Amino acid sequence: MSTAAAEPRIADAGDPMVPRRYAITRVRQDTRDTFTLLLDPVNGAPLTFRAGQFTMLHAFGVGEVPISISGDPAAPAPLEHTIRDVGAVTHALVNAHPGTEIGVRGPFGTSWDVDDAADGDVVFVTGGIGLAPLRPAILDVLRERDRYGKVLLLYGSRTPDDILFGNEMHRWADLNDVNVQMTVDNAPYGYTGKVGFVTELIARAGFNPRTSWAFVCGPEVMMRSAASALAGRGVPAPHIRLSMERSMKCGIGLCGHCQLRDLFICVDGPVLDYPRLEPLMSVREL
Amino acid sequence: MDDIRILQASGLDALIEELRSRGFRVVGPTLRGDAIVTGEIRAASDLPRGKGDSQDAKTYRVRSRGDDAYFGFAAPAQSSKPVFFPAEEVVWRGHRDHDDDGHFTVERDTPDGAPIALLGVRSCDLRAVQIHDRVLAGRSHVDAHYVGRRDGAFVVAVACSDPAASCFCASMGTGPRPATTDPETGASSYDLLLTEILGEDDHHFVMEIGTDAGREVADEIGASMGHPADRDDAVAVTDAAAARQTRAIDTTIVHDVLRASAESPRWEDVASRCLACTNCTLVCPTCFCTTVQDVSDLTGDSAERHRVWDSCFSESFSYIHGGPTRESTKARYRQWITHKLSSWEDQFGMLGCVGCGRCITWCPAGIDITEEAAALGRMSGLAAPAPAT
Repeated sequence: MSTAAAEPRIADAGDPMVPRRYAITRVRQDTRDTFTLLLDPVNGAPLTFRAGQFTMLHAFGVGEVPISISGDPAAPAPLEHTIRDVGAVTHALVNAHPGTEIGVRGPFGTSWDVDDAADGDVVFVTGGIGLAPLRPAILDVLRERDRYGKVLLLYGSRTPDDILFGNEMHRWADLNDVNVQMTVDNAPYGYTGKVGFVTELIARAGFNPRTSWAFVCGPEVMMRSAASALAGRGVPAPHIRLSMERSMKCGIGLCGHCQLRDLFICVDGPVLDYPRLEPLMSVREL
Repeated sequence: MDDIRILQASGLDALIEELRSRGFRVVGPTLRGDAIVTGEIRAASDLPRGKGDSQDAKTYRVRSRGDDAYFGFAAPAQSSKPVFFPAEEVVWRGHRDHDDDGHFTVERDTPDGAPIALLGVRSCDLRAVQIHDRVLAGRSHVDAHYVGRRDGAFVVAVACSDPAASCFCASMGTGPRPATTDPETGASSYDLLLTEILGEDDHHFVMEIGTDAGREVADEIGASMGHPADRDDAVAVTDAAAARQTRAIDTTIVHDVLRASAESPRWEDVASRCLACTNCTLVCPTCFCTTVQDVSDLTGDSAERHRVWDSCFSESFSYIHGGPTRESTKARYRQWITHKLSSWEDQFGMLGCVGCGRCITWCPAGIDITEEAAALGRMSGLAAPAPAT
């Protein structure tokens, strides 16, 4: 890596276990517990990445977590990560002041490769913060919108207050010809939108299964039923891609934590196709 | 490289001294307390001369052999794994800059120290090092610290003459005599291979040369030329050692047995015995899973990132927000044995077990990997049922 020369304060930037320093330029609150971190490298070029890849984010003295990049692959600066405040490291990250430096390793892992879906219909199925890892793929599709057929975004969240990137989803629907359908698991009295699980939207959504590609990201139980419903409607199984989540300590296939039978999710995934995952997801606690 | 030498037992000191004079730190088997462990060897007197071991399910005892054998034991209590892959090491150090709020610097840690000569490494453990060469140094990303220690290491293997009851390397095809070359890379498995021959009034080693560096050392210490018949003597020792092994895993079916056993009722059975204590993973010469720990000082200005051994038997191993993905002991045992005997082959083209038997010896519950594999084989229908008694 040529960045080593530009970063004299890091002895060996080529070692994938050693983080690069990034400064937090802004922390944007998206929902009650979800925040987007905007980062600029302290030295050197912005991180180039492919949609679906993740980084290891390090809060100094606290620890490190794998987080999918949520920004636009075509506009890699500032680097965007959307994070839910659920643990010690994520709590430190979302509460950091602008200017604070954090460590970034990566990008790691496989891509959604939405290009494969060109000429076909594209169905994004996602729930909660699962929209964040899919956002780069959606932006990839919208940048070349006319190369694709119908584009659908089926989105579920726990409550109306938990809807992530709500304004942006409306914009995609209005300006980019995206069929956005939202549902919530639980709604307060008077809510006029759809209530139910996102997987229930698949049965009636308007797309041609035979020529469709589906990109699914959310809790594992949701992905399992979504993939099954998509395959049930006739989407070819190799056209269904999911992003898996497992414990990760290295991001480069060495620590062993993310193993799922023969897979190292950090290097073989996180994005994997349904034929590969289906037998693994059907065994509890594998 | 059919170059056979004879090293008298009295020549061991010259071998150790020659390696030390070449700048190597010599590590090998040594007696500490009541166990044979891997430690620094400065002279032949540091070796466990006259000591053997008794190993079986949840049993380890060092015993006196009543002879002068330097290498008359089976697998040392700990393998050579920590030599190249220590249980804990610093990955990088960071410092927070007080004058400059929020800024910090990071320095990569580079291990230094003399190159290592492994003396007396057993065939099973040598195969485990080759497996680590594939897992830690033969991937798209490598463990830089492992590579740093492994490159330039010198290997003096010693063939096994006296296996323990826990040993099953013969069935795994990993011993007791090491393969001449690493089947993955084609590189020589060792620089020198010794086989200890203990006669009535004769005590010598048959020394087989694996590399040019090995030949240089053999020449330097004046190891005399041997004959093909000496090699036959050496092979006879390991053939006899292989014949004495009683435990075995059927490697022709074990991959498919584990693959077919994901929902086997056997897991409930083994989970009722397994304490999830992690002993098996700590003594296993191939287990490579690690975690990281951030160690900071009291002021919070300095932090170190440590890479430490981890175990798939701990609850925290698979933890993601919300809980572990492998909550039950049965899921953790299934992960461990399935990885060793099946998915390792899918990942790396080899099994992850070398038959050293340590997981059998050191399991406080006496769980035996060969017994579990055999039971799963019978229950899956892929192995012949046990003969009626």
